[in-house]
Amino acid sequence: MDGEQAQRDDSDMAASSSAKHGADTARAGLYTAVLPLGLLIGLVYCWPAVAVGEVLRLSWPWIPAIDLHLQFRIDGLALLFGLIVSGAGVMVTLYSAGYMAGHPRTGRYFFFLHGFMLSMMGIVTADNLLLLFVFWEGTTVFSYLLIGFDNESSTARDNARQALLVTGAGGLALLIGILLLKTAGGSYTISQWMADDNGIRAHGLYPFILVMVLLGAFTKSAQFPFHFWLPNAMSAPTPISAFLHAATMVKAGIYLLMRFHPLLGGTTAWMCTLVIVGGITAVWSALQAFGPLDMKRVLAFTTTMALGMMTMFLGGRTAPVLTAAATFLLVHALYKAALFLAVGIIDHEAGTRRLDRLGGLGRAMPLTALAVAAAAFSMAGFPLFFGFIGKEIMYKAALAEDMFPLFATVAAVLANALMVAVAAVVLLKPFAGRRPAALPAVHDPPWTMWLGPVALGLPTIVFGIFPEWVSGQLIEQAVWAFHPAREEVVLKLWHGFNIPLLLSAVTLSLGAVIFGLRHPLGRLMTGIEARLPLSAGGTYDTGLQLFLKSAKATTNKLQNGSLHFYLTIVLLVLVAAVAWPWMQRGVLTIAWPDPADHFSALGVVVVIALGTAVVLVAKNRLMAIGGLGAVGAGVALVFLMFGAPDIALTQLLIETLTLIIVSLVLLRLPPLEAAKKRRTYRRVMDGALALGAGWVMTSLLLGVLQHPLDRSLTAFFAGQSYLAAHGRNIVNVILVDFRALDTFGEITVVVLAAWAGVSLIRKTKEPS
Amino acid sequence: MRSVILQTATRLMVGLIMIFAFYLLLRGHHEPGGGFAAALVAGTGFALFAIAEGPAKVRAAVRLRPTLIGMPGLAIAALSGMPAVLAGKPYLTGIWWRLGDAGGGALTIGTPLFFDIGVFLAVLGAILSIILGLEEH
Amino acid sequence: MEGVLALLVGLVFAASIYLMLSGVLVKFVFGFALASNAVNLLIFTAGRLEHDRPPLIPVGAETPVGPTANALPQALILTAIVIGFAMLTFLMVLLYRTYAETDTLDADDPRLMDETPADDDDHGDGSVPQEGGRS
Repeated sequence: MDGEQAQRDDSDMAASSSAKHGADTARAGLYTAVLPLGLLIGLVYCWPAVAVGEVLRLSWPWIPAIDLHLQFRIDGLALLFGLIVSGAGVMVTLYSAGYMAGHPRTGRYFFFLHGFMLSMMGIVTADNLLLLFVFWEGTTVFSYLLIGFDNESSTARDNARQALLVTGAGGLALLIGILLLKTAGGSYTISQWMADDNGIRAHGLYPFILVMVLLGAFTKSAQFPFHFWLPNAMSAPTPISAFLHAATMVKAGIYLLMRFHPLLGGTTAWMCTLVIVGGITAVWSALQAFGPLDMKRVLAFTTTMALGMMTMFLGGRTAPVLTAAATFLLVHALYKAALFLAVGIIDHEAGTRRLDRLGGLGRAMPLTALAVAAAAFSMAGFPLFFGFIGKEIMYKAALAEDMFPLFATVAAVLANALMVAVAAVVLLKPFAGRRPAALPAVHDPPWTMWLGPVALGLPTIVFGIFPEWVSGQLIEQAVWAFHPAREEVVLKLWHGFNIPLLLSAVTLSLGAVIFGLRHPLGRLMTGIEARLPLSAGGTYDTGLQLFLKSAKATTNKLQNGSLHFYLTIVLLVLVAAVAWPWMQRGVLTIAWPDPADHFSALGVVVVIALGTAVVLVAKNRLMAIGGLGAVGAGVALVFLMFGAPDIALTQLLIETLTLIIVSLVLLRLPPLEAAKKRRTYRRVMDGALALGAGWVMTSLLLGVLQHPLDRSLTAFFAGQSYLAAHGRNIVNVILVDFRALDTFGEITVVVLAAWAGVSLIRKTKEPS
Repeated sequence: MRSVILQTATRLMVGLIMIFAFYLLLRGHHEPGGGFAAALVAGTGFALFAIAEGPAKVRAAVRLRPTLIGMPGLAIAALSGMPAVLAGKPYLTGIWWRLGDAGGGALTIGTPLFFDIGVFLAVLGAILSIILGLEEH
Repeated sequence: MEGVLALLVGLVFAASIYLMLSGVLVKFVFGFALASNAVNLLIFTAGRLEHDRPPLIPVGAETPVGPTANALPQALILTAIVIGFAMLTFLMVLLYRTYAETDTLDADDPRLMDETPADDDDHGDGSVPQEGGRS
């Protein structure tokens, strides 16, 4: 399958080094189309019920404590989105099997693809906000992996990171919004939003909730000023671009706006923000589409434009306006996915997708040309194509906006006229005209690849001729799902002579003019973009650099490699954190023992203290080891005196072994006499800190001693030791029976420490 | 360090030390002792042996590599928790079997004994590997 | 008696901290050994020293006869002693390796911070000297 097309100007696909394996996994990938196909069939099965207004629900408890349940619902809106996601999923999977043939990492590719698709299905069917958020983050992660799929390209990695940071930050904002919503008395269950007006709009937290939710939606759907990541995300393989950035992922933000509409929508703040942001995004992106030569980038800008239009119409609150958003959603998904897939075909067959290197392909690849033609006419909004229906309802909606109808109408006409010109460029430039000599012989791709664009292009004509069917079966229920007023929703091919029709005519003629002026316009846009003092993408870059720089500076400051610094910080925190609460508790008293009763014990205490002093002042290794031995032996004696023969024995044995090992190592290390002395001021500081820490320990222990001891555990162990565990040595029974799991952990540590120690020794050369 | 007196004494001592370690291990459930103490005694014995005769002799006497003592020790300790699971009780619960007649002379054997043997081997393996490693280097 | 031991714990702990702060890594290990002892004494004392009879059940009895020492802190300390020993051993070996790699045991010596191995012929595992250099 045309693997010999080696020349690629930017490579979506790695060289066919392991072509055999790649072909095999690509065929396996073909079979994975069963997954989206199954979902599609399931949704179609649900369709008749949903079309008459039923809502299908599934629910299992997950973490009831935080009100998180595996709740799913399929209503009109979920059906519309679900059909787009699974339908595009089938096409993209089939298409990918051909497109990715010969690629060494197809297995990973299909895993990411389907992981993304399932997350997307989760978003649109989740009935629980937290669950929706989980899936929302799923799409963020999988889209990151897919955009950076060509992981050897640093551009792809940067772009993937950009998408991750922008949409990830938006996801966090959304989470904050969700939690605030709960605080404000809202419910996590989406189904309940429609039922009653729970007063969120009047709540004091409403502005914050709104800002957070809109941040989530705007970042995901690439709305101004977060629009810059989407064109960069085109470094993903082309079928992924078709799936993520035309049909599904960026629509998640739109879905969110629709879902939240009955809860948060309809206020002045909501309407103003959405109309203005959407309008700016639509026009600005449509203008930018004339700059680049890469067809995928061109399409990316038109996607942003489409998202802007949908956002703008979601700023309304009446049925026609919202219908425009829902209709255009379907219109756009169909033509844009077809166009992306077609660009992939061109890239795959001709080896380039640069507009200036393409031409005259129409005769060589007629099927592709036909599919693109259908999609482009729909995009331009010619009558008898679905895009015309979409445009008519858009103009009707723009005129009916509650906020800024004039702005909305002008923005819609302008953006649509620009779309007409872009559609003409996308259709005419590659397929019409003469073929450049440098272009190799091309032909239509295998069926798995042309099926997608053709199957997506066909409905643009069918729906364009029979809009009543679509509106009755799909759009109406989708709009009613987030528009409780349930006003009538009808799409018609012929509305009679009215203002929208006039605007359509204006759009087409204006589009023709713009098409004529496309070259100067493109140059103008490139110039303007270069001269803008402040661009969103540039701000992102600067911000990222600043962030990395400050992170590095902080790390260098805190992790400066100085043991003394680390210890000092830890100890200061210890002293401050423990000392302060203790000082509030009043005076600690020491009950002095009668020296006569505890004569031997006091003697041992003196031995330990002296041993400690010897270690402290030791001038050489031998003295220090001796001091340590005295302390260890003294501690063992304390254990022995106060009824702990087991640990006394262990302590003494440990002292012996420590002596052996310390001697073995110390003999090979430089003598203590050679060590540098601390300066006096540091000695004083360290001494003060050490005394402080020691005082903390003493006061802690004294504090403990002032409270009665809870002996219930000890009593249990003593009582059960023989009866239940058949042992007379209670300490040993605790170790090997009652608390055996602890002991098991401890011997694991011992073995691991020894293991690590041995591997350290083995690799060591003799010290010089 | 090669000393005839030390070597001769060590040969006598090491056997006794090992017997003592074994004794400590077995009596640990009823009297002071147990797996930890026994392993430390045995480890000290081997350390003495290594100082007197050199680590090669110790390796020859032990035959197994130290890691092959420590790891099975962990495994025995871990496995000693399984009978409880099979009996439907929480992991590492002590399970006891009575051997012999039901009279006063009956011997009870339980999983904690095997656990303690696991502790003994794990700690002994750890000590041996470090001491031999350091001695050889 | 507990009060006296509390003072002793504070004293030993202060000495161990002072040694750890010295910047001489060998003294750091000494400090670590002292700290182990201090903490074990602390746990032991916190469990009270009222009875000097070991927590054993005499033959013929089913529960301890009369008051005995608190068994629970003893069990905790017993494993703590062994773990402390394992850690001390590991620290000693780490010290040994560090000295072999960097030729210094002064915590403030820039050679210790240097994260590249002293020579790179037979040290495939660059991670170990890094860790050694930091502690």
